[in-house]
Amino acid sequence: MKAAVIVFPGSNREGDVIRALRDAGHAPVKVWHADHELPSGTDLVVLPGGFSYGDYLRCGAIAGRAAIMDAVRAHAGRGGLVLGICNGFQILVESGLLPGILMRNAQLRFVCKMQHLKVERTDTAFTRAYAPGQVIEVAIAHGEGNYEADEETIRRLEGEGRVAFRYCDAEGRVGGDANPNGSTNAIAGIYSERFNVLGMMPHPENLIEDLVGGTDGRGLFESLRAA
Amino acid sequence: MKARVTVTLKNGVLDPQGKAIEGALKSLGIDGIGSVRQGKVFDVELAGTDKAAAEAALKTACEKLLANTVIENFRVDIAG
Repeated sequence: MKAAVIVFPGSNREGDVIRALRDAGHAPVKVWHADHELPSGTDLVVLPGGFSYGDYLRCGAIAGRAAIMDAVRAHAGRGGLVLGICNGFQILVESGLLPGILMRNAQLRFVCKMQHLKVERTDTAFTRAYAPGQVIEVAIAHGEGNYEADEETIRRLEGEGRVAFRYCDAEGRVGGDANPNGSTNAIAGIYSERFNVLGMMPHPENLIEDLVGGTDGRGLFESLRAA
Repeated sequence: MKARVTVTLKNGVLDPQGKAIEGALKSLGIDGIGSVRQGKVFDVELAGTDKAAAEAALKTACEKLLANTVIENFRVDIAG
């Protein structure tokens, strides 16, 4: 599919995600944050990881108000697919495309390590290549990944099955030490109401080669091919 | 005209930074610290002289950017 990867000042994972998209047969192009329009025929918008605007003010806050975000909001409103990874997830919550907020990690440290995730459902455009209940291992690297929202929002997300991934251990057990940042209900990623917008803290784009530690991230990009 | 915008976390929002500062103050032996919440202060220079217009502009600035109203409250104080 045609993918627009938005580049903000301070984005740094756009190269990785472009490679992962190409590898899965997609056609990604870079789009500058100050542009007002997406390339015509864009199927998927990707907000990559990094430290847009140096994380000034709040992570993702300034990028969330960039010129291109109106076009991204319109794309999402039409049911177009949007994927935000790490800083991209922070931008999605700051721009109002997803609810809640990503707070400072509970233990106040930047975490950079391999992490197991439970794929909560496999009937979405982003996860259909995974097996139901599958546990995958991908990388996490963030200082502000502690997902918080008011009780009503958490109840809605859980009730509507909008949790995409949960932090877990190798056996798929959720909770305790398997939660790397204190996220409510071990939430690692969430969907929008129509399941066309996915925000996630972990980095599937970095796990697409055996040579660099695994291929569990491939499923996400292969899922999009089938979408 | 000068203004000060204060952005603070809403009650009930977990503040791990405030907690760490609170712990550090207590470990310094400073008496009487109950709890600490961390916030932000913005000092803004304003071009015009219309206080009401400035207040309205800063309220918009807070709602659009300076504060995330999901988790933060804000206060606008205009000097003079």
